[in-house]
Amino acid sequence: MNPQVRPALIAFLTLTVLTGLAYPLLLAGLARMAFPDQAAGSLIRKDGRLVGSRLIEQVFTGQGDFWGRPSATLGADGQPLPCNAANSGGANLAPGNPALRQAILARVAALRAADPEQPGPIPVDLVTASGSGLDPHISPGAALYQAHRVAKARGLGEAEVLALVRSHTESPQFGFLGEARVNVLELNLALDAIPAR
Amino acid sequence: MVPPDLAQYALFLGLVLLATPPAGRAMERIFTGDAGFLERLLGPLERGIYRLMGVDPKAGMDWKEQAWAFCLTGLAGAAGLFGLLMLQQHLPGPPSTPSLTTPMTWDLALNTAVSFATGTTWQAYSGETTLRHATQMLGLVTQGFLAGGTGLALGMAFIRGFACRKETRSLGNFWADFIRGVLYLLLPLALLLALALVGQGTVMAFRDHLALTPLRGGRQLLALGPAAALESIKNLGSNGGGFFAANGAHPLANPTPLTNFLGMLAIVILPAGLTHTFGRMTRRRDAGWMLFAVMTLLFTLGLCGLHVAEAARSAALPAAVAPGPNLEGKEVRFGLAQTVLAGVASSNGACGSSAAQPGSFSPLGGGVLLFNMLLGEVAYGGLGTGLVGMLMAALVAVFLGGLMIGRSPEYMGKAVRAREVRLAILYALIMPLTVLALSAVAVATRAGQAGFSGNPGARQFTEVVFAYASCAANNGQAMGGLSANSPFWNLTTALAMLLGRFGTGTLAFALAGALAGQRRRPRSAGSLPVGSLLFGGLLFCTVVVVTGLSFLPALVLGPVAESLTTFP
Repeated sequence: MNPQVRPALIAFLTLTVLTGLAYPLLLAGLARMAFPDQAAGSLIRKDGRLVGSRLIEQVFTGQGDFWGRPSATLGADGQPLPCNAANSGGANLAPGNPALRQAILARVAALRAADPEQPGPIPVDLVTASGSGLDPHISPGAALYQAHRVAKARGLGEAEVLALVRSHTESPQFGFLGEARVNVLELNLALDAIPAR
Repeated sequence: MVPPDLAQYALFLGLVLLATPPAGRAMERIFTGDAGFLERLLGPLERGIYRLMGVDPKAGMDWKEQAWAFCLTGLAGAAGLFGLLMLQQHLPGPPSTPSLTTPMTWDLALNTAVSFATGTTWQAYSGETTLRHATQMLGLVTQGFLAGGTGLALGMAFIRGFACRKETRSLGNFWADFIRGVLYLLLPLALLLALALVGQGTVMAFRDHLALTPLRGGRQLLALGPAAALESIKNLGSNGGGFFAANGAHPLANPTPLTNFLGMLAIVILPAGLTHTFGRMTRRRDAGWMLFAVMTLLFTLGLCGLHVAEAARSAALPAAVAPGPNLEGKEVRFGLAQTVLAGVASSNGACGSSAAQPGSFSPLGGGVLLFNMLLGEVAYGGLGTGLVGMLMAALVAVFLGGLMIGRSPEYMGKAVRAREVRLAILYALIMPLTVLALSAVAVATRAGQAGFSGNPGARQFTEVVFAYASCAANNGQAMGGLSANSPFWNLTTALAMLLGRFGTGTLAFALAGALAGQRRRPRSAGSLPVGSLLFGGLLFCTVVVVTGLSFLPALVLGPVAESLTTFP
């Protein structure tokens, strides 16, 4: 037998215990102590009921809600199931694929139909599927674009909704890392908290 | 380029530059016998492991012993992981069996085992629908450390081949390099990075998929798990396989721009630092910095190319949509710059941890990723393997340079004779032979074509070349338009991964052995100035031209043809 066989097997076994068991367990313990909410998945409760994770997109299609990014996730049966947080992924369509063009045209038509009075150009992130299918954010432009529709459906002043969008806009980290963004679930929760008139 | 994007790239490159000397010094210290306070803390554990293994960490090993050790550790890991995957339905713990909807076939298990044991981490499965948490931890996290650590040990053996002054057969002790690299470098860094990730929102919980009722009703099944443990080592060990299917795009894996930025630094800093370790151990720091400079130039060109390609308006957008970058398959928090940074760092770094879906990149954007992988991943590159690849190119460059000026070629005082050139050329040929031969088989057979989706023809060809390039370069990134979970794809990509890891690895050990067998000659007026800009230019051209000559036809048929037909 080659003299390196035994060390190779023992190295594999000892490092399995050390890096595959001890390291994750130690990390889990430290993480739970230092960052309990984040380690558990940044879950959000409303009136004591679990309503989601602030990092995971949910389906919003109502006139009075801000919509998130198109999601191309599939169900266990292989059929489209948007925002399926148990099977992440994107559409993987190439820019030259006619199916992508068709999907984008359908999203454009749906946005236009939902708010015919909003003539402005549609922000790119509202008509393109995200990489994870679970992107919890939209760009500030995409939120502002929808403010008119949301305000009208909820009977709120547009200025009030715009102010809410601004207060929910996260800047790039440290002012320059990544992009400014709006968390759609948190924005809709904040809208729900405004008493109806 | 707009200023904020430019600032992110500049800060990244600046931090890599600043971190290279300390990282290089730290690695020199760890691998020459003094790891500081960590050694006082973990020294008994280290010695206990050697005792169990039955090895003397001070005993020198020649190149054959090192190559056996490298390959056998990989094979032991692959065999162990294969067994774990085949048995995982009997393992306890979440997620519960109904959530695991992808069947673990023998070919998928084999592919996954080879993939993680070679540091490729090509994933033909979706983490959240296929694997138990126990498998992800015991299997995949462990392989992240094993593959990273053995790659690092390969790099150290290679450096010693250049550094030794007298003729010797010894390249150091593989087991000592491997165990010390894991204990004193990867493990502490992985723990620190993982904690930082959790602080930003990366999930680290041992619980089943959570069924919840979303705000507007219905039902959402939320996959959770000990993701942070894998997400940190996947980047540090230049493996890349993520916990969730969407990998670095998943908000519970890579929740903020900062986590993305730190992850990309984790890919780059150790391989970049190794150039400095090389310079210090060979006492030719100028030569180390020249390798660093060529790597940085290749990396920067990749950033520019990918940025321009993805900043352009997508051909799929109608006029009603506002101007903006190609956001299909990308995440809003990362936008253009963080996606480009992740794409370039991971495609150059033997690390498939993309922050977006390369399957939806523009034709030329996907082409930039492909080109980076085909270069052999030398722009900082994989842990240990990146430096090896760049030094191999340097040997070819001095051979060419020597021929041009009529001097006998030598590098770092070591003559580049027929044996060295033969090994370096064989090393350079593994990539084109593997990628082109397997791509030809795939596009010519029905079993290969069965993986195609509805993307345009030239794109399908790119997807095929991309898959084999990614596997042969031990990268692991995929253009998701290709359905690769079938016996044909699982077995052929596994073959590419094995050749790309153990084929190139064995040649690298053999070359290191040949160099160590030579006395190191002092510098003289006849030596090639390997720290000069002229040599840097020669090295850069060698890397690009060798790749270009091998792959130009494939690149023209794939990304170039697609870009010409997509933008009429």
